[in-house]
Amino acid sequence: MIEAVGLTKRYGDKTAVYNLSFQVRPGAVTGFLGPNGSGKSTTMRMILGLDNPSAGRVTIGGYPYRKLPNAPRQVGALLDAKAVHGGRSARNHLLSLAQLSGIPARRVDEVLGVVGLHDVARRRSKGFSLGMGQRLGIAAALLGDPQVLLFDEPVNGLDPEGILWVRNLMKSLAAEGRTVFVSSHLMSEMALTADHLIVIGRGQLMADMSVKDFISANSADFARVRTPDTEPQQREKLSAAITEAGGHVLPEQDGALRVTGLPLPRISDIAHDGDVRLWELSPHQASLEEAYMRMTQGAVDYRSTIDQKEGLQQQLPPGAQPPMPVPGQGQPGWYAPPPPQQGGQPFAPPQSPPGQAPAGPYGASGVPGAAPGAPAANPYAQPAPQAPQTPAPAAPPAAAPPAAAPSAPAADLTKPEDAR
Amino acid sequence: MSTPPPPMPQSAAPEWQAAPGHPYPGYTSPIPVVRTHLGHALASEWTKIKSVRSTIWTLGVFVLLVVGIGLLTGLIVSNSDPDLGGESPLSLGFFGLLLGGMCIITLGVLTTASEYGTGMIRTTMVACPSRGRVLLAKALVFFLLAFVVTLVCATLIGFLHVSLLEEYNAKDPSGGEWLKGTVGVSLYVALLGTLSLAIGSIIRHSAGAITIMIGAVLAPLVIALFMFSSSLRDVQQALFEYSIPNQMSIFYANSLSESGPSGWDPLWIMLVLTGAAIGGAFALLESRDV
Repeated sequence: MIEAVGLTKRYGDKTAVYNLSFQVRPGAVTGFLGPNGSGKSTTMRMILGLDNPSAGRVTIGGYPYRKLPNAPRQVGALLDAKAVHGGRSARNHLLSLAQLSGIPARRVDEVLGVVGLHDVARRRSKGFSLGMGQRLGIAAALLGDPQVLLFDEPVNGLDPEGILWVRNLMKSLAAEGRTVFVSSHLMSEMALTADHLIVIGRGQLMADMSVKDFISANSADFARVRTPDTEPQQREKLSAAITEAGGHVLPEQDGALRVTGLPLPRISDIAHDGDVRLWELSPHQASLEEAYMRMTQGAVDYRSTIDQKEGLQQQLPPGAQPPMPVPGQGQPGWYAPPPPQQGGQPFAPPQSPPGQAPAGPYGASGVPGAAPGAPAANPYAQPAPQAPQTPAPAAPPAAAPPAAAPSAPAADLTKPEDAR
Repeated sequence: MSTPPPPMPQSAAPEWQAAPGHPYPGYTSPIPVVRTHLGHALASEWTKIKSVRSTIWTLGVFVLLVVGIGLLTGLIVSNSDPDLGGESPLSLGFFGLLLGGMCIITLGVLTTASEYGTGMIRTTMVACPSRGRVLLAKALVFFLLAFVVTLVCATLIGFLHVSLLEEYNAKDPSGGEWLKGTVGVSLYVALLGTLSLAIGSIIRHSAGAITIMIGAVLAPLVIALFMFSSSLRDVQQALFEYSIPNQMSIFYANSLSESGPSGWDPLWIMLVLTGAAIGGAFALLESRDV
């Protein structure tokens, strides 16, 4: 049981974690998510008493970490796989930790077996691969057979077999009634492992709910509707009818419509009533990754831009077309779920005229601040919608990144129609 | 920087608190939990210090320097067929120990600072949140190791010099001289190493701390050498007298000057210095983020 109350950490004038309150309960795997630099590791370090909070407190089983009697017997942690002296053998490293907390030396050989390092136990850890280092870190966490376990990015550098092993390990540890707190960037991994999620962005709590609720609350499940390409007026007609019925329509690049807020049968009925033929009516459900990206897009500190190579490229011969950028390069100004067919055009390819970043380093943040929360005060606080076709009010509203507005018309062509 | 999305209200989160049954099921380990104390930390630090190669290297070089240089000076002196005129043969051990002291300084700094360099300190501090206990255990283990190794080397080289120079009218050292030339100087060197350990813990950077310590040993002497102005005479005198090499030579009763520290004074000076540095390291360790 980990409990944080009003946890705040400032480094100089930079606030790494602000007013964070959450609880991590035993018997479940709790995932800890957030973009790079959002304060995950700082929070973990404060839980373990390495950093002193500027304000607030965090306790484990009711005690601050540094007041716990024989802390390593109650809390095991993998913070950083490289936090070992490379010149020491794996066994001696673990032995020194075991001696520090009065754990019998045979336990060292036990955990070395558990993580599969018994063959290299006497080799210096300097020569370990990232995956082996990660296993050594997990061994150190398991050494005290603790009831609370913290893992910071445990599957980094592990092979598929290792990832599967860690996944099962987490689950079995939680099933034994232990508290398991895991941070990770691998959404697919979290979706499989975690029961509960705590999401932070820019050091603040963004969500604290079960994985299922999180996906439902933060993904816009939508229906893709396609009318015959040959008759654009049918498309307009259907859009108007759906909007009238209370749905949201978002045109896609290839002419399809993305409909949210209406169940599939209702869309079919509307089309039938309006005498519009449909070429496609398909449900689309979001993954944890989409839900996560949607939620955190405003809190991303480190955003990549397209590699412009400005001033380094040769002048194009007059009349030549610049090559199209490969879709996916750089990050889109705001996140929208991609169409189901992966080979298709991305919804909003990150194109922009040379010399202008897609939306500036923080260009997107103005929108997502409003995007998930625009219709209601706080969509995350609302109960999860039951019907898959009735998405949460987190649907992307018809808004464009403000930073894109003053850009050249050429850039606007790449935006969705309603984004102009 | 834009405003982050609104944090979620606390009321919405902990729905699971109403879970039935035992409030926190928890897990109890079958391995008995013991109360930890300094003894555990000492055992752990002993494992640590003996399981890295830098210990073997620095102490190996130390033994080589002390014994090798001692042997060499002994042989040179005895080959030149001198008349020592009642001089104590123990004093020839000084040169080896002065150079060997650098190895002890290096090992002392590495004992603490290498944990910061590798990140091991975080693992250690998670495994033992009583940070002062870790520092104390490190200091004790290192001090004892350095003392024992230095004592063995100093005694060995002392006997060697005495037996080599007996016939050249050397003084037969008294019990007090033996004590100062072996135990006294070994305590001094071990304390110098412990001071380095404390500096390593304060600076948290191996190269930086080693540089500072070697500078502290050599700089006063070098600076004093170039103080030609007569108005600086007093400063020069103090620098000579209180420089670490001169303090070390006092254990062999040959000093650069007649005034200044004498007898066991250097040991008390070093004890106070080391105590202050350990105290500072302790205070910083408790308050700083690891």
